[in-house]
Amino acid sequence: MSEAATTTTMPGPGADAAAPARTAPPAERRGASARNIASYLQAAPLALILFVFLLIPIATIVVVSFWDYDFARIIPDFVLTNYKEALGSSVTWRTYLNTLRYAAIVWALTAVIGFMTAYFLAFYVRSATMQMVLFLVCTVPFLTSNIIRMISWIPFLGRNGLLNSALIHIGIVDEPLEFLLFSDFAVVLAMVHLYTLFMVAPVFNTLMRIDRSVVEAARDAGASGWQTLTNVIIPLAKPGIAIGSIFVVTLVMGDFITVRFMSGGQSASVGLMMANQISLLQYPAAAANAVILLITVLIIVAAIIRLVDIRKEL
Amino acid sequence: MRRDGRRGPAFWLLGGFFVLFVLFLYGPLSTIVLLSFQGPDGGLTFPMNGVSLNWFRNLFEKQAVGDFGGSFLRSLILGVMVMATTVAVSLLAGLAFRRRFRGATFLFYLAVASLIVPSILVSLGVGLGFQIAGVPPAWYSSAFGAQLTWTLPFGLLIMFAVFNRFNRSYEEAARDLGASSWQTFSNVVLPIILPSLIGVGLFGFTLSYDEFARTLMTAGTFNTLPLEIYGMTTNVTTPVLYALGTLTTLFSFLIILGVLATILVLRARRARRTAG
Repeated sequence: MSEAATTTTMPGPGADAAAPARTAPPAERRGASARNIASYLQAAPLALILFVFLLIPIATIVVVSFWDYDFARIIPDFVLTNYKEALGSSVTWRTYLNTLRYAAIVWALTAVIGFMTAYFLAFYVRSATMQMVLFLVCTVPFLTSNIIRMISWIPFLGRNGLLNSALIHIGIVDEPLEFLLFSDFAVVLAMVHLYTLFMVAPVFNTLMRIDRSVVEAARDAGASGWQTLTNVIIPLAKPGIAIGSIFVVTLVMGDFITVRFMSGGQSASVGLMMANQISLLQYPAAAANAVILLITVLIIVAAIIRLVDIRKEL
Repeated sequence: MRRDGRRGPAFWLLGGFFVLFVLFLYGPLSTIVLLSFQGPDGGLTFPMNGVSLNWFRNLFEKQAVGDFGGSFLRSLILGVMVMATTVAVSLLAGLAFRRRFRGATFLFYLAVASLIVPSILVSLGVGLGFQIAGVPPAWYSSAFGAQLTWTLPFGLLIMFAVFNRFNRSYEEAARDLGASSWQTFSNVVLPIILPSLIGVGLFGFTLSYDEFARTLMTAGTFNTLPLEIYGMTTNVTTPVLYALGTLTTLFSFLIILGVLATILVLRARRARRTAG
């Protein structure tokens, strides 16, 4: 985890491509084509893995979503029943609405928390070493198990947990609050806990690349700190916020483990609905839901990219 | 933000917020570490009912939890496999993207898409694919591939960042001195990017070691550690769960610290060499 890991800066594909090759004298042309072959060989493993473990599986899901099934097996066929059942059921729509609600709430919270954290690190911590250390402090939990991080809320939120004890001790409530664990509240809390880093990192990266003289100029022109923030820094941080948003929204939309664990099975999400169908071996139904989910996620991502040009960051 | 060197109220406000955020990140984790030392009669929540190592002992008795040792070993091996593959494949792809080649844009967007596609989709797709092809899914084949779709894009993005700020004049100097392209790579490029490569390895290992959703449908008969822990959450109601959580988190922390220390040593050594 060197400085590179903390920046998601990336050039466009081939951004620094070998321009000299174009103007090279004839003797070097052969060298250029050999290097071209080298490029293909170097890119081949990545292409192969993504082809086998990303493209083929998605194609499989699309194909299977048109298959038939009974209680024991899946039957190759071309039927639309899986989609009809999924789209025709009010449960599906409610589940989607609930998942979108989670996505919206978690997005809003992670955006505010992530921005404030990144803003503090980028503009208020002066030494580069301290900046790096504090950024790592935020990063380390991301590299530990999500499930354990969820479990760790039990002693805190449970019926006899720390929070309830504290609330009773202070006298705010007389009886332990039941809604703390196994509720929508717990789901959102855990998601914010798990996913905020995905907002902090890209926003921090964009903020670090803002030319400090622009901020100085704003102040010299008489802008207050707040005006500088809202008129200069936030607009310049938009690409980072957009990348973070894409991460957070797609993670929440596909999540099932947090919803299952933190709601105690009382709330629904699209991922959880799919996981349940999978455990009942209703693969074609799960596949149809997967296709709908993928399309939904792609629409959201396309909308974000339309709103904010993130290509400068890519 | 202030040029006069004094810290204004905004600093204290944001600083306080940052401290709260860090507490929010680490607070819950530290409670389960504490509670894993519960006495033999202690429960899942405070108060502590005495202090003991009872639950850690319990962890190593086979009947208490499922197959903790076996699943840990599998996760460890899988993590190393994913780490090695992620480092090698991202490095190669990173080198490839330094030049223009046909299909580069498509491959780049494919890698980005790999980050956006929900994990459960990859899990379902890979699991179904193996099933239809008649190959039984296993942690070392299907789960290995499913995890790579998550670690490789991260590795690639880090390599982009590295090569983006890589000074090409070092390579040119090596070539001018008569180094072959392999010598240039192994003696000049590789040592410079080594710390970042170690970072990629850390990402690969920890993301694999903790991965749940992508492994769920692809692990086959034998569980990895996260799957085992998840299974435990439904039927274990003693602090043995916390003991396991404490141990694996400690293991993750040790690896992260070890890697960071290695990177620091490498950098310090390089700084000394360039200074001297």
